[in-house]
Amino acid sequence: MTLNRPRIKVSGLTKIFADKADAALSLLKAGQSRAEIQKATGAVVGLQDVSFDIAEGEILVVMGLSGSGKSTCLRCINRLIEPTAGSVFVDDVDVTKLSERELMEFRRTRFGMVFQQFALFPHRTIVKNVEYGLEIQGVPAAARHERAMTALETVGLKGWDQHYPSQLSGGMQQRAGLARALALDPDVLLMDEAFSALDPLIRRDMQQELVALQKRLKKTIVFVSHDLDEAIALGGRIVLMKDGRVVQQGTAADFLANPADDYVRRFVEHIDVLGVVTAGDAMRAPAAVKPWHATAAEALASLTQSGEPVMTVVCQDGRFQGTVDADTLKAAGDTELRLLLSDTQACVPTSATLNETVAKLATGRGEIAVIDADRSLRGVIANADLVATLARRHSQPVH
Amino acid sequence: MAFEIPRIPLAEWCDIALDWATAHFSGVTRALSAVVGTGIEATTDFLVDLPPWLVIIAFGLAAWRLTTIRIALFTVVGFAFLWNLELWRATMQSLVLVLVSTLFALAIGIPIGIGAAVSKRFWRVVAPALDMMQTMPSFVYLIPAIPFFGLGAVSACFATIVFAMPPTIRLTALGIMQTPPELVEAADAFGSSRWQKLFKVQLPLAIPTIMAGINQTIMLALSMVVIAAMIGAGGLGGEVWKAIQRLEAGQGFQAGIAIVVLAVILDRITQHIARHMRRDKA
Repeated sequence: MTLNRPRIKVSGLTKIFADKADAALSLLKAGQSRAEIQKATGAVVGLQDVSFDIAEGEILVVMGLSGSGKSTCLRCINRLIEPTAGSVFVDDVDVTKLSERELMEFRRTRFGMVFQQFALFPHRTIVKNVEYGLEIQGVPAAARHERAMTALETVGLKGWDQHYPSQLSGGMQQRAGLARALALDPDVLLMDEAFSALDPLIRRDMQQELVALQKRLKKTIVFVSHDLDEAIALGGRIVLMKDGRVVQQGTAADFLANPADDYVRRFVEHIDVLGVVTAGDAMRAPAAVKPWHATAAEALASLTQSGEPVMTVVCQDGRFQGTVDADTLKAAGDTELRLLLSDTQACVPTSATLNETVAKLATGRGEIAVIDADRSLRGVIANADLVATLARRHSQPVH
Repeated sequence: MAFEIPRIPLAEWCDIALDWATAHFSGVTRALSAVVGTGIEATTDFLVDLPPWLVIIAFGLAAWRLTTIRIALFTVVGFAFLWNLELWRATMQSLVLVLVSTLFALAIGIPIGIGAAVSKRFWRVVAPALDMMQTMPSFVYLIPAIPFFGLGAVSACFATIVFAMPPTIRLTALGIMQTPPELVEAADAFGSSRWQKLFKVQLPLAIPTIMAGINQTIMLALSMVVIAAMIGAGGLGGEVWKAIQRLEAGQGFQAGIAIVVLAVILDRITQHIARHMRRDKA
């Protein structure tokens, strides 16, 4: 996958909570630990040399337990918390260098933020809440009303515009919170534990909807969460934080395959493997691939030769077309394969999770193809490959 | 005793300060007094010259519009009772004094409260001043009022403003400072300027608290207006004052009960408004 150039580049971000941070900062640079610095100066190190990139249109999940600095990190991006050192580039602008006036302007147009406790203004109707950011910018009343109504429709709150926040359920309030951020049409969405206060079922719905929305709107999203399942559901890269530092960054599957340390290993211990490992990770090279115009007899010959099970995969110009099973081949003689295709849907994309793959395998005939976005063949998966993948995972030492 | 610690001449100092202020400012304050005094008198005369039943119905309708039918009925019955006691003129005098003093107290107090909420340094100056204003016995304000504004309604009005303003200042500042931090953060995150944050988020959210302050200010104003009868403010307090001087217990209680009725009417109306100011709380 080719990443665009980073839209947000966070480098060396450090936050020290103290009246006089300089002394603590020099101790930190001298390599002293958090505890030592707190003992010596009373200063609390909130973030320590945090760096990561976010590509345009990416969802990046900043994850960690409470006190890991993830929320501080998010707030340093739009300077709700003033970082002590380091830089935050959004495109070519270093946010940490902006004057107060410029920062205000930047927040108005570039950042949308969604909060854990929704933070809707209780004295304003839903539509007035959604209009807030535009009102602050000085957008004329009619135009901002229209944009707010569009944003409400996007999040599925049409018809609730004249209600007050207290009249809505938690899930609906957070939809309004999301609409308030989207109404600005910002480049970057900052989401602080946005779904953590919601019921589990509603949380899952919201996660799915956010992913769908993201596909459509292509916003760059920084999502703070303490929930690994949520991070996986959102499907992007993860920055795992602990004690104000980044422990590891990558996908959940990376964490699973190559944990940086015991902490990461423990963190992913109870992960749902079927939901994280993809078909691309579990597939093997296809053995019996035949072109479109090959005859059934030819296919049958190589099928018995290879000792492979039951399927022949049929391709045209390297693109997957369908499968033909052995019984059909035996009965078909010299017929061309393209006329025999029994299952043109026996395939999953490389990005499909094993959960999705299993579902597909269950409806198919024992083997399915793994394909790219343009349907070119990447590999195949049979039941045995799934078992082998799960076995590999469990043979890894777990501490 | 070999030597005595001399008494600190606090009273003399206060006199010197007041004399100085009187000498320099009484011209201005007397002129102001003339204007305000004329205004108060004109309003009182206007209300007294109207037929009382008309005024009572008008008050009832206003109360109905602002609050509930029950409070409106109570207002009508209460004022009719005061009319029946032949205390109508005194009631109108007191009412006008209370309302005028309250208006001034709000016009001065709310901006001070906002300033105190916005600037910590200003709050550190204002807070002890408020403590002093509230603990000082209310009678004391009457004495310096006379050289500045002369005997009568304006002095009463001035003393009332000073005495009744603290709750408005305090609760305005408190209401703003108590805005939930996550809402302040949300306002900041969307790039609100300090004034946008104040007028679009903090002040609207503080309104119930500010209204509670206004309610207290009105109640304090009423109590001060009664006391101000001692410097010739007239009104219901004047009736009580007359009764004291003539030792007429019955007359005194009658005027006292009238004050209670007026107080309850004002309290019910403002409390109801305070509670229902924000529609989302309804």
